[in-house]
Amino acid sequence: MFRKINERIIETAIRVSGFAVIAFVILIFLFLLKDSLSLFRVYPLKAFLTSTQWLPISEPPTFGIIPLLMGSILVMVGAIVICVPIGVATALFIAEVAPGYLKMILKSLVEILASIPSVVLGFIGIVWLGPFLKTTLHLNTGMCGLTGAILLAFMALPTIISISEDAIIGIPRSYKEAAYGLGATRWQTMWRIVLPAASSGIIAAVMLGIGRVIGETMVVMMVTGNAPIIPHSILQPLRTLTATIAGEMGETVGGSDHYYALFAVGLVLFVITFMLNFVADISLRKSRK
Amino acid sequence: MLVSPGGCRRSSGNRQDEGFLQIKGSDTIVNAGQMVSEEFMKVNPYIFVGVTGGGSGVGIASLINGTCDIAISSREMKAKEYELARKHGVEPNEITVAYDGVAVVVNMNNPVEHLTLDQLRRIFTGEVKNWKELGGKDMSIVTLSREVSSGTHMYFKEEVIRQGKKDSVAEFSSETLLLTSSQAIVEEVANNESAIGYLGMGYVSDRTKTVKLGKKEGDYFPADISHVLNKKYPLSRPLYFYINGRPQGIIKQFIDFTLSPRGQQQFAETGFVPLEAGFVQKNK
Repeated sequence: MFRKINERIIETAIRVSGFAVIAFVILIFLFLLKDSLSLFRVYPLKAFLTSTQWLPISEPPTFGIIPLLMGSILVMVGAIVICVPIGVATALFIAEVAPGYLKMILKSLVEILASIPSVVLGFIGIVWLGPFLKTTLHLNTGMCGLTGAILLAFMALPTIISISEDAIIGIPRSYKEAAYGLGATRWQTMWRIVLPAASSGIIAAVMLGIGRVIGETMVVMMVTGNAPIIPHSILQPLRTLTATIAGEMGETVGGSDHYYALFAVGLVLFVITFMLNFVADISLRKSRK
Repeated sequence: MLVSPGGCRRSSGNRQDEGFLQIKGSDTIVNAGQMVSEEFMKVNPYIFVGVTGGGSGVGIASLINGTCDIAISSREMKAKEYELARKHGVEPNEITVAYDGVAVVVNMNNPVEHLTLDQLRRIFTGEVKNWKELGGKDMSIVTLSREVSSGTHMYFKEEVIRQGKKDSVAEFSSETLLLTSSQAIVEEVANNESAIGYLGMGYVSDRTKTVKLGKKEGDYFPADISHVLNKKYPLSRPLYFYINGRPQGIIKQFIDFTLSPRGQQQFAETGFVPLEAGFVQKNK
């Protein structure tokens, strides 16, 4: 009798929290949408999407999202190119190659990497990585997209490594045994059997890593120079969507055009992460079939 | 006139003097504000003063939004901000607390010693792109600015980029790097031979070189206390406190303290220019 009531209570609690999460997402979206739409009453949507200048405190202001969007995308792509190969390779090494004691050491080191506060990474970027890249690549300034991309790659690595490793460990032993039985070498087994079998988990890991990268604010604000230009290369200074919101939100007065413009930037960011997750979900489903 | 610090009335921990003061705004004067408030709390142990930066725009916005008691600002409030303030039922009251010179800094290895305001404008609008054109080495110029929330950014834009003309619409070159703090500008200038940046006098250090400025060629002045006070240095400006309405209670106490010799001494020690001459600057 009691067990039945208990079960019902727990069931309802779980159902309520499930719906609450959905409700939160919808409410956040509506909130962003409401304040963004207030911008488009005074500032044309077309100019917001096509103007190549972001001059929020000029008279009259120009709110062109293209430079910010390009900045975010460039840093994101740079970070992915760096962190995906390293992350997946590390996960393979930890799961398949490393002996027991090394496995433990590597896993705890990866966890420590995850616990470094982003502002500390930003600091390292300003005083060490930026000047280092400047002198080695002969740049005008070390405050550029590449500095941000490298630091962001570091931030995404722990996520990618741990989730990919879980996926690799989860592969049934029989797959590998069958491969070895057919005379495949260790490398052939890893490359042709383990990786494809774990691909859905690895894609999920990469997508979560990307989510971390595109939403990260502090590091990019500190090291990328924040110049609102359309960057032609990752070696140039650039300004991301997140850094713009963080850098300018403090000085806007509630209800001003600039305030609404930042909400519109937030909406764009939200749409991007939503689409990323959507794509990840579709590819996960496909690979499961 | 030499005023000695510490000659201030000590209010023996009067129980009536208690409360919490939130001060917010300019990163340029946040250190000086912190020093003043620490001295103030020594005298008034039951009044707690919190000082945070973020930029003059942040301070003014939070005064309007009612989230701080005193906004510290390195620029005057804009007409639009006054309008917004009235709409939110805030009547801003401006109090000048010290002076500052906006110093232009370059790397120690940069041979350029002085610039005219017009040269400075051409550097920051991107018309001049190489130090060679200014008598320096053959390397491209990297211009550093503060974020748009900074009062110094606004001041520099109005006085240098727009040459003080109200109808000008000139902007910083879009290649200008917008850094989030004055300290980040110091770091980049100290590390980058081709960089040039501007900051409040309080952030001038021996890791960077401060160039002399002039309104016209041959007439250059260094950014120091005497040339700011006699207004010879072309980028001299007042630093402000903004409060809502007439000063009352602990806000009045704090402002009186700031304007007292002991408060003014703190501005001198952090590298700014007190309202009157006669204070000794520690690090200069």
